[in-house]
Amino acid sequence: MPEYAVEAFNIVRTFAAGDVRALDDVTLHVPTGQVFGLLGPNGSGKTTMVRILSTILSPTSGRAIVAGFDVVKQPNQVRHHIGLAGQNATVDENLTGFENIRMVGLLNHLNKPYVVAKARQLLEDFGLANAGNRIVKTYSGGMRRRLDLAAALVAAPPILFLDEPTTGLDPQSRQDLWGIIERLVEGGTTVLLTTQYLEEADRLAKQLVVLDHGKIIAEGTSSELKAQMGTTVVSLNFASIDDALRAQPLVADLTNTPANLDGSILEITVNNGPAVTADALRRIDGAGITLSGLALREPSLDDVFLNLTGHKAEDDPTETPEVSGRKRKARA
Amino acid sequence: MSTLPVSTSNRSSFRWGVSDVLTIARRNLQVLFRIPVAIVFMIIQPIMFVILFRYVFGGVIAVPGFSYVNYLIPGILVQTVIFGSVGTAIGLAEDLQKGLIERFRALPMARLAVLAGRTISDFFRNILVVVIITGVGFLVGFRPGGTFVSYVQACILMLFFAYCLSWGFAFIGLAAPNSEAAQAMTFPLIFPLTFASAIFVPVLKMPSWLRGFATHQPVSQTADAVRGLMDGTPHGISTWMSLAWAAGAILVLAPLAVNQYRKVA
Repeated sequence: MPEYAVEAFNIVRTFAAGDVRALDDVTLHVPTGQVFGLLGPNGSGKTTMVRILSTILSPTSGRAIVAGFDVVKQPNQVRHHIGLAGQNATVDENLTGFENIRMVGLLNHLNKPYVVAKARQLLEDFGLANAGNRIVKTYSGGMRRRLDLAAALVAAPPILFLDEPTTGLDPQSRQDLWGIIERLVEGGTTVLLTTQYLEEADRLAKQLVVLDHGKIIAEGTSSELKAQMGTTVVSLNFASIDDALRAQPLVADLTNTPANLDGSILEITVNNGPAVTADALRRIDGAGITLSGLALREPSLDDVFLNLTGHKAEDDPTETPEVSGRKRKARA
Repeated sequence: MSTLPVSTSNRSSFRWGVSDVLTIARRNLQVLFRIPVAIVFMIIQPIMFVILFRYVFGGVIAVPGFSYVNYLIPGILVQTVIFGSVGTAIGLAEDLQKGLIERFRALPMARLAVLAGRTISDFFRNILVVVIITGVGFLVGFRPGGTFVSYVQACILMLFFAYCLSWGFAFIGLAAPNSEAAQAMTFPLIFPLTFASAIFVPVLKMPSWLRGFATHQPVSQTADAVRGLMDGTPHGISTWMSLAWAAGAILVLAPLAVNQYRKVA
């Protein structure tokens, strides 16, 4: 097997006659047989990247190789090796679950008896056996996502693109999908996962790329990303926002990364947690400010993201929302 | 994974193209029959037109050489298949809106199967409607004078005409921002073509500025041909005119639709 299942070189994609750069010089190397995470807020270019890699959209410039084939020059060969599922859960609402899988199987040019058997087995595997003959309109959000994923797997693609597969799902459905994804990867599938949930990337992805406004702003394993910024988050909880504001300049020089003020909670990310905490407490106490709570924790990818971009991962960016190729859909 | 019974792309790609078209057409028809309300609404409008013109206006419309019901029903049938082909616009706009067409793009299927499958399933839907409205016509006293064979010829003619037109509606469906807009966009085309025509009344009593258009426009030619074939009366070159319009339409409209499909999908 090749080392990389998916490789993208200097991908640029512009929309609106070049006014919007949805992707700006993105290079990716997705190792075979792993979950690779593409992390970023809405409008960061994640979906555009997936659409390019799955041959739906062509890049303005740059080159992408999926399963050894060029996405622009050999799209049909690429399509034989990929599955696509995601937040849009584009299953046909008016067909049953079984019919949806069968349709995708037949359009993948698999033979009919195989498709029928495989559809039954997938419905079984994904806990949809009893719902298989029901119209998808009656499905819950979690069931639709599972069906969407099942349909993407009918041709047993070695490479799977999952575009925000758990966005909008309840915690239990999210856990279920994570379990399914983990089993797929154990079976040898390469997964390119986009997400704005840092917890999801942390749990599933070995390698991560962080996108913001179409550019890669960080890459590495999740522990590498966390290590870039310190090992401990000191979370200082005050009785009022005023107190927090007064305390902020007192602790500013204890850390290289800027302190994060969220309401009456002040957080600083440091390398030497206990010592810095003691120092911070002395200064706050010396200024006559009362602390109402204190916590030390490991930095999450949320902290990494905040640190890298200046905004939280799940915030909408204030400008340049991603422009899709069509105006009919707002996409992330 | 290499053991999958998957075809190689260079072997019999034509056969797979046909298979893709059938898969899509079958899916569209499944959806159609799953929502019986949709079929009811599809035929309720022509039935209302039949009642309106047969019983409300019919008494005051005199058509030389025809009993009005024999004049009306062929016209209603032509109107109905044209309205039916509007469904192509709505269906494609919906598939586009829901992201299904984008999903199809990531599959190794023939690209044009989405368009061909849609127009073919709408063709079959029109066959169903023609059968039902023929039945309704006979119930209200329609007694065409032609043979069974010429009746079938008339049906094939108008179904072919509507099929060719549906490629134009495919273009509209793919150009519209959503299915409601697609339906609205077809109205300014459909309305003059079906009402400033020989569908409900002869064009003879229309003012001269309208008569020229109403006589020669494709829907009137088709209505005249269908009526003549069904009733076994002479209808000049209208059959050939209708066929020529239909062939011309598909030659222009199909590339337009295909081009639009490439753009949006």
